[in-house]
Amino acid sequence: MLKRINGRPAAGSACVKFKNAEFPEPFPTGLEYSSPARGTWNIVHTGMLVPDSHQIYVCAAGCLRGVVLTAAEMGEMRRFSTIAVRENNILQGDMETLLINGVTDILNRLPVHPRAVFIFTACMHHFMGCDLPPAYAELRKRFPHIAFADCYMDPIMRKSGLTADQSCRKQIYSFLQPQELEPHAINLIGNDLPTLETSELTQLVRQVDWTLRDITRCHTYSEYQSLAKASLNIYYNPAAKPAIKALEERLGQKSLYVPLSYNYEEIAAALQNLAHALGLPPPNYNTHIAQCEGALQKAKALIGTTPIALDYTLTFRPLSLARLLLAHGFNLISLYADTISPEEKHDFYFLQAHHPGLLLYSTKHPNMRLTERQHSEKLLALGQKAAYFTGTNFFVNLVETGGLYGFDGIIRLAGLMCDAFTTAKDTKTLIQMKGWGCTSCL
Amino acid sequence: MKQTASIISTYSADIFGVCSALFELGGMIVMHDPSGCNSTYTTHDEPRWYDMDSMLYISGLTEIDAIMGNDAKLVHDVAETALEQQPAFIVLAGSPIPMMVGTDFPALAALIEQKTHIPSIGLPTNSMHSYVRGISLAFEALAKRLVNPIPTPSLEKHAKHASTRVNIIGLTPLDFSSNGSDASIRQWLTSEGFVINSTWAMGSGLEDIRHAGTADVNLVVTYGGLAAARMLQQRFQTPYVIGTPIGSMQKILGNALLQAAATGECISPCTASRSKNTNIPKITIIGESVCSISLAAAVTSATNTGVQVLCPLETEPKLLGPADHLAQDETDIIPYLQRAEIIIADPMYEPICPQNAHFVRLPHEGFSGRLYRKEIPDLIKDFTIFKDKEL
Repeated sequence: MLKRINGRPAAGSACVKFKNAEFPEPFPTGLEYSSPARGTWNIVHTGMLVPDSHQIYVCAAGCLRGVVLTAAEMGEMRRFSTIAVRENNILQGDMETLLINGVTDILNRLPVHPRAVFIFTACMHHFMGCDLPPAYAELRKRFPHIAFADCYMDPIMRKSGLTADQSCRKQIYSFLQPQELEPHAINLIGNDLPTLETSELTQLVRQVDWTLRDITRCHTYSEYQSLAKASLNIYYNPAAKPAIKALEERLGQKSLYVPLSYNYEEIAAALQNLAHALGLPPPNYNTHIAQCEGALQKAKALIGTTPIALDYTLTFRPLSLARLLLAHGFNLISLYADTISPEEKHDFYFLQAHHPGLLLYSTKHPNMRLTERQHSEKLLALGQKAAYFTGTNFFVNLVETGGLYGFDGIIRLAGLMCDAFTTAKDTKTLIQMKGWGCTSCL
Repeated sequence: MKQTASIISTYSADIFGVCSALFELGGMIVMHDPSGCNSTYTTHDEPRWYDMDSMLYISGLTEIDAIMGNDAKLVHDVAETALEQQPAFIVLAGSPIPMMVGTDFPALAALIEQKTHIPSIGLPTNSMHSYVRGISLAFEALAKRLVNPIPTPSLEKHAKHASTRVNIIGLTPLDFSSNGSDASIRQWLTSEGFVINSTWAMGSGLEDIRHAGTADVNLVVTYGGLAAARMLQQRFQTPYVIGTPIGSMQKILGNALLQAAATGECISPCTASRSKNTNIPKITIIGESVCSISLAAAVTSATNTGVQVLCPLETEPKLLGPADHLAQDETDIIPYLQRAEIIIADPMYEPICPQNAHFVRLPHEGFSGRLYRKEIPDLIKDFTIFKDKEL
């Protein structure tokens, strides 16, 4: 039985010191808990980035429930439909017919046909060995003016290939039709949120007056199709790799990884690579680094030794951020992440060697349901899950970096930490909103 | 075409009904599912998730474990967590893939019970039915397994009690939200002189429910409670009354409870109370069967207007009136709405309603989740306000 502390059980195997953690899976697999922090995007949010598109999900009622209400909370039900798979379909093996006839029925009842349709099939389709390509061929024959993309809400395959998130992130670019590539056009691929104009990444592209496009800034299907004109795709969300590869193969667009990082050298190296691709001389970022140092010192002066907790939903590189904070004297006491991404392997071993006592918590281990979620003193959380698990109202409310990148991102994050430290938030309300940055009807 | 929804929502599923029914009782509920069920339920269907630490988890089923039939992992993981967290009971509930691979939940529950010595129950959900079925399965299992036996039920029933003891069965946030409706039902019964024996399952602990067999009568407030009431009738000869105490139904149900307790007769008074009104239905109500027929009876009584109920969820046709219909899918429902002058339904039905009909918003958590939670009225307490404002 779990040992109790102050009336609530200890985290037990849901918490490990970095010195004892294993890469990349620090926690045993088992039953999973889901905390109420909901700010990260899901496949519905991401699919909605394609203007004039419609999503149709073909699954059991329980699987439909979460996606349909995601669309409803976004106020986007006019772009969303469902086909319920029932027991008779499993027994009769008519899943392909159900898909063809269901999609046809839905499209015929829409007031206006969309330009593009995502069809999401589910775990069941895989297990039944459904022959989906002929079904899509029939739909393309019936609706030649509509582009269809096969998408998957198949979490049972999450350890067997692409996750549903990676797959969706790839398919949102699958409607792009080959066009003549423009040598001075560049895409930022794979993000849910627009990167700030003030980031050095954006500034470099503006400096050479190249066209920079991003699906997050497309408002029409025509603007979206213009993404096919770029000669270079850049990305910093690791989950975008399959999309990048597909675009390279299908449209001949070259790619460049400009990793998100909180390490000055790594940031500078990424930006210098980008500068090289743009035909610019290597930029010098000493001034930017000095500004980062100033912003971090200011934040440290304000926050002092207040304990800080950080979670993986805030950024794609939580361990890199942890290193930055620890290097600048912040009292980071805990990090919440269930796995360590390959991009963070080096950071993981650094933290293990230099900060062996830093606590690493799972966010989905069952013990996290019952363990203490209050902190005896003021605590600053970076990220929604960290805020929930520590019971603090002082937190930086961002997901997926919130569009912050580079030195500019560090400076802004330091500012957000100061704001969060001085102004309490309504944690319970804010973290339960789905899809941070999306429209919400709640 | 059936099974398609071009624009309306999807009702919460059986697996979530299980969770909602058992949420407050100190058990551990495990959804045997790869991923997604947990966040869907706890985000949209469970208003108690943030503040009440119910032990509700998913198994994290993987492709390889499903294909290889590796049920041992599920048994191990559940037993391990249960031994750490010591729930009062364990429930396994299935999703589509376990159904497809023929997972034997009762057998797995028996294995887990052997390992943990904690009462364990396997329920045959598959996410393809509505939450109503899940609630029904869960409460029926409670009634069968966890309600304490009474050595001599007949003597217990005939013992003198100052007041009639009532179990309220079928209360979950999926039908009543978290707006105080459950407390209003208890308050109404208390004010009528009844004693609340247990409330299935908002506001009662498992200990109350263990003693449910001592009640004189059961009040079934949603269809999800009916199977449990029948199980209690079978085990303890407790009669039941079906209906939700809305408006004029409060007086009718109060009398029915006394009559049932006195005679042992089971009573469903909603349909009878509506049968006196033979007007052509001008009002259409869409929703869960027992709540909707009760609201229909209250509206009929208050306005002398004919009301038809459209029930898109599992129920028994005999509970419905002659003008009522079972209509599950969007295309089944649309034709019945064409001649309605007033439609009372969840706001997510509005896009398929005729524009010339007056639409009365009555959000239903089992359909629109948390989206309109703040709008959901407490019809037990505020039916008159609702009627005066909307009808």
